[in-house]
Amino acid sequence: MTAAATSEPTVRPVKIAGVSTPIFAVLALCVAALFYGALALVGNEYLYFAGYVVLQFVVMATAWNILGGYCGYVNFGSAAFFAMGAYTTVSVYTVITDMSKTLVGQLLGTIPPPLLLVGLIVFAGVIAGLVGLGMGYLTLRLRGVFFSIATLALSVVLQTLVVNWDFVGGSRGAYVIRPNEFPLLPGGFIGYLFVIMLLLVVVALTVARGIERSRLGFGFAAIRDDEVAAEAAGVPTLRLKLIATTISGALMGMAGAPFPYYIGYLQPASAFGLEYAVNAIAMPMVGGTQSWFGPLIGAVLLGSFQQWATVSISSVLNLLIVGLLLIFFVIVAPNGIIGFIGDLSRKRRLAKLARAAIGDGVRP
Amino acid sequence: MSAQLLQISGLSKRFGGFTALNDVSLTLAAGERLGLIGPNGSGKSTLVNCMSGTLVNDSGRVQFDGHVLDGLAPHKRAYLGIARSFQLPRPFGSMSVRDNMRIPLLYTAAHRAGRQRSEPEIRDRTEELLRLVGLIDKSDARPIDLTQVDMRKLELARAMAADPKLLIADEAMAGLSNAEVDDILNLLMSLNANGISIILIEHIMKAVMAFSQRLVVLVSGNKIADGAPAEVIRNEDVVRAYLGQ
Repeated sequence: MTAAATSEPTVRPVKIAGVSTPIFAVLALCVAALFYGALALVGNEYLYFAGYVVLQFVVMATAWNILGGYCGYVNFGSAAFFAMGAYTTVSVYTVITDMSKTLVGQLLGTIPPPLLLVGLIVFAGVIAGLVGLGMGYLTLRLRGVFFSIATLALSVVLQTLVVNWDFVGGSRGAYVIRPNEFPLLPGGFIGYLFVIMLLLVVVALTVARGIERSRLGFGFAAIRDDEVAAEAAGVPTLRLKLIATTISGALMGMAGAPFPYYIGYLQPASAFGLEYAVNAIAMPMVGGTQSWFGPLIGAVLLGSFQQWATVSISSVLNLLIVGLLLIFFVIVAPNGIIGFIGDLSRKRRLAKLARAAIGDGVRP
Repeated sequence: MSAQLLQISGLSKRFGGFTALNDVSLTLAAGERLGLIGPNGSGKSTLVNCMSGTLVNDSGRVQFDGHVLDGLAPHKRAYLGIARSFQLPRPFGSMSVRDNMRIPLLYTAAHRAGRQRSEPEIRDRTEELLRLVGLIDKSDARPIDLTQVDMRKLELARAMAADPKLLIADEAMAGLSNAEVDDILNLLMSLNANGISIILIEHIMKAVMAFSQRLVVLVSGNKIADGAPAEVIRNEDVVRAYLGQ
């Protein structure tokens, strides 16, 4: 066709180009395996402890970005979804330990902990996804800052519920005893938790990248850019936003489910901690919100930095530093690291076009 | 006389104490070219918004192609075949011009055709439309780098990508040069020749007169005239509304 032939010079790599989602998943798995192999070679158990937290933030940031970055709806209540996942685990764990005489308790008690954890992650994903759907239905008619305030309110409401819910320990908190040993992997059960979180990272990134390149992702981007125009172009905005809150919430819940095993003792104040809400926003903002790579890079940079700062500077100053970085990026590079690089190349391309239009003989 | 495509009856819309539309009735035949004029603030855009579903009318009803539209979300109306351009261009700012076209192609056009286009089909259709409005050389530009004129062209191309039965062009020509106005007019005429009904909202009288088979005049939310363009502009009420007493 002549149409295709004449247009060839203007064609740049469009978003659709590149590897397909299944291949991306395999590639991500390979990278994850290499990363894990390298850590296992070092053989320091602390690396699993620290790495787990960074990976957990990669999932949180990626999940936040599906709603916040792709659709443009800023969720301040990330901690609530994370806590929902964590408290799903606490509830089931309590059923096993405190209700061991009941049939359900006995049945659940027969499942080995490593397997139980996988089930819990799926279960937490379903619960947090449903709450995300419900929250979305109640709040997504609100736009901009009003939506954000509503998510903050959800977080407060859920924390109040948990604090007053004795079964999961109320304000005292609850113990979840993790098994010491895990024979198949180095690093014991922590090593296993690390692997699980690494797999969750692969899942989250694959989902995010899959969305980005799909019809759904273009619909999300249209909503972010201009909701009224998106509707006029046929995008069912409410339905798409509900899909986004559901996926985003589910992934956050999944990130929270293994947390009680990691921390050993879960208090409402730590599960609903400010650091989750702040980091889930700050990491994509620093990395870049328009692609799956931004939250990854932001979470790895900020997360590792915080782990380093906790041991070498002060665990209290952590969030202060994150806050300052966030302010810096909002002012200097509002589209994050990825967006900053993209803007530079766009400007360079425009300048080149302009030069070509003026002619090479003209010097500014 | 061909069948009625659009029937608006007794449409009213108030914003607080302000009546933007007062009991407006209007019909449009399939394949018709209708000009809609009126001074600023007369309710033209409100009428467009009530037709396309962006605003919900307080009373009256809108029927399109055998469907009652009241209560339908804008995207459902788009699926039935109503496309619009916005008075102030509302491009998808983070996407290239090419990807702006992708949204109606992926959603409305796919819905109306009952199937998704393949990637090459999407590319061909996008390029066909961008060539039609003269934006093909700017396919990869961001809307922020476009001129106002080009943004209006993009607005029109994006509306056309939905394969509509009815195209509502809300001041698609504001700020354009004479030659560009002619370009857009020719474009609209050729669309109409392919069977698309068009409502043109415009201040450029030369364009409206050249384009319209019928002219409707809104003043302060009331329809004061509806008929053949040459007669309508001689109508005393219309002259008074435009030129004063």
